[in-house]
Amino acid sequence: MSRPQREVVFVDGVRTPFGKAKGQYAETRADDLVIKSIRELMRRNPSLPPERVDEVAIAATTQIGDQGLTLGRTAALLAGLPQSVPGYSIDRMCAGAMTAVTNTASGIAFGAYDVAIAGGVEHMGRHPMGEGVDPNPRILSERIVNPDALVMGKTAENLHDRYPTITKQRVDAYAVRSQQKTKAAYDAGRIQPDLVPVATRSAEAGWGLATTDEPMRPETTMESLAGLKTPFRSHGHVTAGNAAGINDGATAALLADEETARELGLPVKMRLVTYSFVGVEPEVMGAGPIPATEKALRLAGLTIDDIGAFEVNEAFAVQVLAFLEHFGIADDDTRVNPYGGAIAMGHPLASSGVRLMNQLAASFAERPEVRYGLTTMCIGIGMGGTVIWENPHWNGLASNGADS
Amino acid sequence: MSDIFDRAAALVSDAERVTQAHLRTVALPGVTFGLITLDNGEDHTKPNTFGPGSLLALNEAIDAALADDTIDAIAVTGKPFILAAGADLVSIQGGGPDAVRVVGELGHATFRKLQDGGKPSFGLINGLALGGGLEVALHCTYRTVMDSAPALGLPEVMLGLVPGWGGAWLVPNLVGADKAVTLIVENPLNQGKTLGGQAAYELGLADAVFNGADFLEQSLLWAASVVRGETTVSRPAIDRGEAWDAAIERARGIVAAKTGGASPAAAKAVELIAAARDTDRDTGFAAEDDALHAMSQTPELLASLYSFDLVQKRAKRPAGAPDRSLARPVTKVGIVGAGLMASQLALLFVRRLEVPVVLTDLDQERADKGVAYVHAEIDKLLAKGRISQDKANRHKALVSGETDKQVAFGDADFVIEAVFEEMSVKKTVFADVEKVVSPACVLATNTSSLSITEMAADLEHPERVVGFHFFNPVAVMPLLEIVRGEATDDATLATAFATGKTLKKTSILVEDSPSFIVNRLLGRFMSEVGRIVDEGTPVSVADGAFAGIAPMPPYQLLSLVGPAIALHNVETLKGAFPERFYVSPALERLVAARKSGYYGPDGQLDPSVEELLEKPASPVVLSAGEVRERTLSGLAEEARLMLDEGVVAAPQDIDLAMIAGAGFSFWNGGLTFMLDVLGISEKVSGQRFH
Repeated sequence: MSRPQREVVFVDGVRTPFGKAKGQYAETRADDLVIKSIRELMRRNPSLPPERVDEVAIAATTQIGDQGLTLGRTAALLAGLPQSVPGYSIDRMCAGAMTAVTNTASGIAFGAYDVAIAGGVEHMGRHPMGEGVDPNPRILSERIVNPDALVMGKTAENLHDRYPTITKQRVDAYAVRSQQKTKAAYDAGRIQPDLVPVATRSAEAGWGLATTDEPMRPETTMESLAGLKTPFRSHGHVTAGNAAGINDGATAALLADEETARELGLPVKMRLVTYSFVGVEPEVMGAGPIPATEKALRLAGLTIDDIGAFEVNEAFAVQVLAFLEHFGIADDDTRVNPYGGAIAMGHPLASSGVRLMNQLAASFAERPEVRYGLTTMCIGIGMGGTVIWENPHWNGLASNGADS
Repeated sequence: MSDIFDRAAALVSDAERVTQAHLRTVALPGVTFGLITLDNGEDHTKPNTFGPGSLLALNEAIDAALADDTIDAIAVTGKPFILAAGADLVSIQGGGPDAVRVVGELGHATFRKLQDGGKPSFGLINGLALGGGLEVALHCTYRTVMDSAPALGLPEVMLGLVPGWGGAWLVPNLVGADKAVTLIVENPLNQGKTLGGQAAYELGLADAVFNGADFLEQSLLWAASVVRGETTVSRPAIDRGEAWDAAIERARGIVAAKTGGASPAAAKAVELIAAARDTDRDTGFAAEDDALHAMSQTPELLASLYSFDLVQKRAKRPAGAPDRSLARPVTKVGIVGAGLMASQLALLFVRRLEVPVVLTDLDQERADKGVAYVHAEIDKLLAKGRISQDKANRHKALVSGETDKQVAFGDADFVIEAVFEEMSVKKTVFADVEKVVSPACVLATNTSSLSITEMAADLEHPERVVGFHFFNPVAVMPLLEIVRGEATDDATLATAFATGKTLKKTSILVEDSPSFIVNRLLGRFMSEVGRIVDEGTPVSVADGAFAGIAPMPPYQLLSLVGPAIALHNVETLKGAFPERFYVSPALERLVAARKSGYYGPDGQLDPSVEELLEKPASPVVLSAGEVRERTLSGLAEEARLMLDEGVVAAPQDIDLAMIAGAGFSFWNGGLTFMLDVLGISEKVSGQRFH
């Protein structure tokens, strides 16, 4: 059989507002966060007949309790999608939703699907990282993996060792800017369109409604950050202020074959160019985005200079700065995370990949001079993932939109 | 007069599980809501209710929301799956003679702030909303409802009350009189039928309907768009002309048919709906207050509450049933016989137990006929869409017909006989069955009058025999009399009760005695009436004497039961208690002439039957009142004797049996409660039943 080349497009993406662990979603189920995201996606795209969804891939790092039971399938059923729509669960730690996107996108490109839903959830308040894990004793006995690999904060301190020029001052300054950019983005109404409000149950206080990211601390200053403890290493660098927190939230995106999208009258917000996942030393997992991006650029036949918009997950400020330093990009380059990032908004592990894509899509719409952008993130147990996207709104005027 | 809120505060007691009203603000673009959550702090098995303390809590939350200048609009919703299940009847009952009026006025005073407070209000019906639980939403300017909400309704009339927190005036003024009649009169009198969320929306009770997955979010977003003026709510105009009269006429017909005018609450509800056409809200609410007060003075209210407790609690935990842990699993059922009753039993067992059911008969042809009946009934359910094709396949495959008892019953856990009502036949059947079944297999008999003890006497294991008496039609009538013989052991009894529960029947424990509960009392009823008519009172007078007392006139009942069965019953009872029971020669002649009843198809007394009636030389003609008095006195005597003999544990079992098995009225409290209210119990035996 002949296999025509099919372009994969990002039609739309939504997410719940993110919560602080034990905060606004303390009495809300993880699967309900996913279900509300899927329903919002379908509500926003009424021209998509629900039975045309060919797959629902939902990621979660801890797949037990309300994040278990083949979440992609059960969430699809509970969201009211037809019984004929299948689903499954995915785990690639922090890059769960990103992997859900690349998996289903690959299926679309291959011709197995026309339309897919990809997303992720992590309710870290209910499922703290490492819940119920049973690490193989060989990790210690045979020193196959440095035990630091299982403690993300330690891997971030290790990254500081690798990049001694990234000082405490620089990571804190980056964190303050992230908070300020997110505040500005909210004030300008740039984040809200991505959000689906979530009713929050509280037995004590009654029902409420989550409409914004709970973790934000716009009042953060260099001074307030300077006093925070460095829990992973005494006199270290990594604090609660220059890292993403422990968060709850879910995301969902709609992907489609480009021709199908046009046939169904669905919007095209981004076009997938390529993606890559690459492994690194597990104890320095924050370095992962660097080789992942190099590989993706190579696959795409692009250079870093062709990229006009970056959405880099801010698991740790040091991991963003290591990436920027490697590629010779300034700490405060306006192409990078223009709306702020996970340090301010939160990082509910497996959900974050689609948040990055939502924001890159918003950047694309705002900046037609940009042709290519990328979303990248570091991944626990030593990996990086990068997805390169093309801007369908590109006006052909400038090559990369760099403001230099 | 002191403030209603102060007067209500005096009624608050520890007996009330207070439903709290949590107030939180929810800010959406352009609108800030004061969102009130009703929550009694329990899970969904204990729904929110409104007693005086709960209403005062809600009043306080509404006041706070109205006083807060940052709040633009108010929304009221409930804890997960529940808005509220209505008034807390227990705490109100305990509040003394004035409590109903005070709590009635308090509900009005509290709820109406949602419409008079000067801020738009939204009732977000997120689940169960009954009585006051629905009324709190009805007071709001707008309503949304969850499509999958399980039960919305105004069941007050069933309980001997009226929707007195605004429902009786607000509903007809919202959706028109006809739909109000359905909601307020027809459904409550139809075994308390309620509406699902989608149906309630279609009836017009809510302005928008949303899916359960994100009901509250979508409701609030919708409400915000209403407040911002982006969404306009339009409701169909109400026909206040002839349609209103027609609806009231329809309501009167329903009330007459269902209550014979015997339930004051139903009549009062109709009156309130009729008046709601031209009265303003204040007048309407005042009429509700008066109506609630009036209802609180009626015996029917207490009787209804009593009946409600019977069917809600006693029916679920049968008195005297052994611990359910003693029950043995029933993995296969055998039925002796393949006639109509046996086939009906097979259908019920296979649908509820979903285990193999074997019908047996002397020849394969008869057994196959029974199986064919069950298959045809399953096909009917399939055609009606009541079951799926897969379910139909499963159930059909579970039913088989057999002549070899060893094959049929060898591995059965429960064998029930439905053969000819004759002791020697039944004893032979059980002796045969015992040869092939395991020692633990329960042997149940569907006898309506024979002694369980005697039936078991000659068996090797008499402890496994139990009476399992259904009522016709088996699929419809909820009552199951479970009869303990002298030898019946607890494991057998527990298995019988567990099976009854799976069959979704209301099981009542009866000691082995002639005709058990319902047939003994109906037998006495027919004995008294038969004697009266044989002595010269016309059938028409006797049949007109029991409106509002018995479910139907006695001779209509006799036609329904079948004269032969009725005759057999009184003969059995006369054999046991010759001094009290009476076999009418007229009835004997009727049966001999194979008449199917007293009335012709035109509803008139059949002239050929009339010729068979007794023609006393000096007729004694009683009035309807005298007929009623004499018959009810007989029933009071019989019920008292049954209690003295220990046939049942308590008068509650008699009443539950008469409600569930003979259609006696909820609002009369079955039989013994009514006999107390009428003063007949004391007149007959010098003591009340309750």
